[in-house]
Amino acid sequence: MEMPAPDQRIISRRRQIARSLRRLVPADAVIDRAAELSAYESDGFTAYRQKPLITVLPADRDEVAAVLRYCADEGIKIVPRGAGTSLSGGALPLADGITLGLARLNRITDIDYPNRAVTCGPGVTNLAISTAVGSRGYYYAPDPSSQVACTIGGNVAENAGGVHCLKYGLTTNNLLALELVMMGGEVVRLGGKQFDAAGLDLLGAMTGSEGLLAIVTEVTVRILKTPARAVAFLAGFDSVENAARCVGEVIAAGIIPAAMEMMDGPAIRAAEAFVGAGYPTEAEALLIIEADGPEVEVAAATARIELIARRAGATTFRVSGSEAERLAFWAGRKSAFPAVGRLAPDYYCMDGTIPRASLPLVLTRITELSREYGLAVANVFHAGDGNLHPLILYDANKDDELRRAEAFGTDILRLCVEVGGVLTGEHGVGVEKRDLMAEVFTEDDLKHQQRLKCAFDPDGLLNPGKVFPTLHRCAELGRLHVHRGQVPHPELERF
Amino acid sequence: MDRLIEPADEDGLRTAIADAAADKRTLAVSGQGTKAGLGRPVEAQARLSVARLSGIVHYAPDELVMEAGAATPMAEIEAALDECGQQLAFEPPDLGPLYGQPPGGGTIGGVIACNLSGSRRPFAGAARDHVLGIRAVSGRGEVFASGGRVVKNVTGYDMSKLLTGSYGTLAVLSLVTFKVAPRPEATRTVLLFGETPVDAAATMEGAVDGPSDISAAAYLPQKAAARSGLDDVARAGGPVTALRLEGSREGVAERTVALRAALATSGETEELHGRRSRVFWAESGSGVLLPKAGEGGDMVWRLSLPPAQGIAGGGMIQQALGGEVSFDWAGGLVWCAPAPAENPEAVEGGAEELRRIVIEHGGHATLVRAPEAVRRRVPVFQPEGGALAALTRRVKENFDPRGVLNPGRMFEGL
Repeated sequence: MEMPAPDQRIISRRRQIARSLRRLVPADAVIDRAAELSAYESDGFTAYRQKPLITVLPADRDEVAAVLRYCADEGIKIVPRGAGTSLSGGALPLADGITLGLARLNRITDIDYPNRAVTCGPGVTNLAISTAVGSRGYYYAPDPSSQVACTIGGNVAENAGGVHCLKYGLTTNNLLALELVMMGGEVVRLGGKQFDAAGLDLLGAMTGSEGLLAIVTEVTVRILKTPARAVAFLAGFDSVENAARCVGEVIAAGIIPAAMEMMDGPAIRAAEAFVGAGYPTEAEALLIIEADGPEVEVAAATARIELIARRAGATTFRVSGSEAERLAFWAGRKSAFPAVGRLAPDYYCMDGTIPRASLPLVLTRITELSREYGLAVANVFHAGDGNLHPLILYDANKDDELRRAEAFGTDILRLCVEVGGVLTGEHGVGVEKRDLMAEVFTEDDLKHQQRLKCAFDPDGLLNPGKVFPTLHRCAELGRLHVHRGQVPHPELERF
Repeated sequence: MDRLIEPADEDGLRTAIADAAADKRTLAVSGQGTKAGLGRPVEAQARLSVARLSGIVHYAPDELVMEAGAATPMAEIEAALDECGQQLAFEPPDLGPLYGQPPGGGTIGGVIACNLSGSRRPFAGAARDHVLGIRAVSGRGEVFASGGRVVKNVTGYDMSKLLTGSYGTLAVLSLVTFKVAPRPEATRTVLLFGETPVDAAATMEGAVDGPSDISAAAYLPQKAAARSGLDDVARAGGPVTALRLEGSREGVAERTVALRAALATSGETEELHGRRSRVFWAESGSGVLLPKAGEGGDMVWRLSLPPAQGIAGGGMIQQALGGEVSFDWAGGLVWCAPAPAENPEAVEGGAEELRRIVIEHGGHATLVRAPEAVRRRVPVFQPEGGALAALTRRVKENFDPRGVLNPGRMFEGL
């Protein structure tokens, strides 16, 4: 993984830069001692590590603006960071860049129940929002597995999902407003508590932009009333094909469950051994389906889903009889990553999305690849929306296994693209999938994306080295090539 | 604007725009042209019609996804969805009649370019929440794609959202991929008669949070209600609050009984089933319950306000400017037709006053219908300032450096 060549002139000025920063923010907000910097050397994607030049922990918008203005003037790169739970290396530091930790912007500043809106700093954790409004019967819908730790600012950067986004959408569908600080220190507000934001949908463009456009200093999200009733079902199948057919038929029947998750045999057994959720360990595929809403609608859905599951060949079918049991059904799924993690010293979590119908084909192919690479794999799958998380097991201390795991992962992502899917559903491109972008996009596709970046950050100082395989200068991207009817750029080599 | 360019395919579209960029020739972009009255008037040297980029190219009901040429008629899309018991959850409004055209027109590209959503918007999201992917030609005359056919996707920036609601000012859509949804088995609308605006606000807010799981909430003052094509609504003789329930047959029946019982202390209730329920929401979502142009409705605004401030904000505007208002999106959408102004200065003064009140209530206003001369002087979209205006300008310049596409449609000089 090649990162942009560090600027030695910046690195050599490290002490002076730290001194300047201490004039802009409190002294304890500037971290430049090597021992303390190691805490920031990687995020959840631990295969790559790099100590940042300096870490700065601003406490409010004005401090963020002051730091950015200074860095823009000095040409110093910025890597934004929330809780550092990214699984794609989105917060991987740069040797010549400042890691801007936003964890101190961690206050909920406004809860507006009549408008169902919560405003908070980007450093507030995902779960803290639901907790803050829970006593009044509200919650924030997107629920990534890391919700205890991950921050709402990071959720915006990666457009985080979770198991309930089949019905309730991703971060982008639950976001009302943002306050941004641009690289030059200007403050921009997008959206508001109204449903539709004014002007160009820059709120939509910011969501999932992986910290390359601007720094988020305030987030307003929509909260929802907790459904009157929620019931979970566990349906075991003796083949992935049957489980996949059940998923298709539930949707074909016009039912959009609150969640519809699949685990394969290895994932089921790992989760069961870890938390004892009551999963059928002899099954080769397990569906966890949740229906929520008014009592009468949940009852109607329960009857129909059971019928569909049985027709699709379910060998076991259980309905949660209590809230405790519903949560127990979910406990296995939510701990699937650590559970699988116990099977091997290391695991590599993939994140492709595929059209649902191609699931049996893709899983068969993954099994074959697992044999070819000699590495075990367990699969958990947001079946309702086609988001696949194969977990490749390896041992980094063994010769060659990391390299093989990465090659295996790349093959899986190529396979996802081949069947009409994409590289990442919710973990982001980061550094991890950066060099695969050309599998999905043409040169012109990527150039237009980078032009959006040029509109926000013309000097390319925000999180460089992430998302885009090739860095183009904005001046070059801005030039208009007059080519009339010809094929654009016939001379260009594709990646 | 005499010349009409009508490319046969995406490559023709690319050539047309590349040539225009090379010659610095401006283009007014259209599909069927049904929404030509929405936005600032475009002064361009030629008209670029994408009408031939039409047709559904992919529809997988089990995957809940459809892909279609930008100019595919909405009627064709709705018919195909209907055949499979599906629909567009964001309920795109038919704005044709608002602009004096017959109903049933418009294209999917137009709906997406204008980010138009109907009454289900607060509960199911806007058009922009349902667009999964796009192919488009930027003002540089280059084709680019974004997104895909899957719902969960963070592979690169969400350019689909950037183009949704950009009124063809950054790029011209050639192909759009969007999420579709199952149509509920049953639909009923409960009408509650005679509520004051303040009571209606409380009813809607209570219903959104209540156990009924509603999928739309509107409040029609008496005059708006009187224009409905539905007898129950038109003859109410007073304002009408409406709440929609959707779901399974047995569920909707039971929930309707419960909701009516809960509302019984607030006034008389009635219910609309099936087709009549659909007619109600088609009317409420498309602005046709306000006076027609020439009958007091020359100027129509669509205000997006925080839902809890909608009724108060709409009321204050009506007090200041006269005319009529009507509410949807549980108060978050206000249709507003101020009383006709005496002279051009009064038109501008009224618009400023309206926007002042809207900003005070935390929202923004779009002038969706007005004579061309008015739309030239009065900003159609909420004016931007400072760093945001500069950012919008830089986005435009990056995608359309020569200002070829729909010049001035959203903002003057852009």
